[in-house]
Amino acid sequence: MHELFKDIDQDRARSFKGRDIISPLDFEKDEILFLLDVARRFETFREPVLPGCILAALFFEPSTRTRLSFESAIQRLGGSVLGFADKGVSSVAKGETLYDTIRVVEAYCDAIVIRHPLEGSARVAAESTERPVINGGDGANQHPTQTLLDLYTIRKEKDRIDGLRIGFLGDLKYGRAVHSLVDTLCHFDVEMKLISPKTLRLPAQLREKLDSVGISFSEHEEILPAAAGLDILYTTRIQKERFPDLLDYERVKSVYQVDRTILPEVGEELTIMHPLPRVTEISPDLDDYPRAAYFRQSANGVTVRRALLALVLGGIL
Amino acid sequence: MTDHTEYRVTALRDGTVIDHLPPGMALKALEFIGHEGGNIVTVGMYLDSRKYGKKDLIKLENKELNEAEIAKIAILGPHTTLAIIRDYRVVAKVAVNIGDEIAAVATCPNPTCITNHDDLRTRFHVMNRHPLRVRCHYCERVVTEAELEVT
Ligand SMILES: [Zn+2]
Repeated sequence: MHELFKDIDQDRARSFKGRDIISPLDFEKDEILFLLDVARRFETFREPVLPGCILAALFFEPSTRTRLSFESAIQRLGGSVLGFADKGVSSVAKGETLYDTIRVVEAYCDAIVIRHPLEGSARVAAESTERPVINGGDGANQHPTQTLLDLYTIRKEKDRIDGLRIGFLGDLKYGRAVHSLVDTLCHFDVEMKLISPKTLRLPAQLREKLDSVGISFSEHEEILPAAAGLDILYTTRIQKERFPDLLDYERVKSVYQVDRTILPEVGEELTIMHPLPRVTEISPDLDDYPRAAYFRQSANGVTVRRALLALVLGGIL
Repeated sequence: MTDHTEYRVTALRDGTVIDHLPPGMALKALEFIGHEGGNIVTVGMYLDSRKYGKKDLIKLENKELNEAEIAKIAILGPHTTLAIIRDYRVVAKVAVNIGDEIAAVATCPNPTCITNHDDLRTRFHVMNRHPLRVRCHYCERVVTEAELEVT
């Protein structure tokens, strides 16, 4: 046991060994806070605690960013990675079931990260093997490591989560990152502003959940004045292919362009986040704004994934 | 078996009476449980019910339902009762309740759910019973009764 982890909850740390990370819905608030706390310690903890460990990275659809982030994380922990970056080169292209693929791959590795276009695939993978499985994105459903790194970033940038006023901007209807983060923030005492075109509102189910847990939120179509006084603005990409009418897309696309001109209106505290890649939602002229956090957010992904891998593989016990 | 309306249909010697189905659901129920073989099936629809106004009822000769069939019937409505009849007597009443989970008897309406691609046993966590609202164990989509296709 390293010095840095002496005072963490040992039972809880043990409970993560062998555990799957499939959906934020699987975790209690205490567990989320524990994960964030362990991740914070990994900021300064650089030791290779997983020597010889092999992570299988099964990417049934390409996601360079997520894959590289996991590869970096396992290698920094002293382990190595194998797998594929695209379904075309795997036997799934030949019609193998996911269960069979996992049963074969489990013999090659100690843990599995899976990215798959079908919702529920990561859960199926987890149920197919005793090895810990981490969901790297299952279709439109969940991407728990994104959610954790988003929460981690919020807490790191603001030193807290409770009490924050958080805005979500862009495609709130289809954006998976937004859904998971909004859902997970239901554990916390926050206030939300939901800024989107009428056609891309947050789904009713999630709005009902916000109501039922007593989170106050309001809906807006324009960035200003909604973004004034916020602590965090979580921006997302609006995907062109979601729009039945391209004219609608062109209109909202230009409306949701955050650039330096909003800075005088939004107050000193506004931290801007984005899960990346960005297209036109955030102007590059914001990149040197001190509270533009999106590149730090992306870098936090490696820290959070190092912490998760170390926990599920028992590296800090 | 005190309900007056039941005497309008054939008395059952051995088999099962499915009573208090929601009105109009008898044919759906019959679809779930099948009715092959030469046994008598009596279906009553829109019968008067003191408790619920209207109801459907099915009498199945020489047939007892298995667990999967009962689970499917349960999805149709909250008041359904099952009576097992032997030699004209009710020998057992079986509760038709939706448990905490609906497994293997319904398909997920989400076309990009893995359960619609690989050959998997479906599972839904029951969030609310009446009206029925469940969450797919796999794709996590919340599904209403109307969307849930019983197989
Ligand atoms: Zn599903």
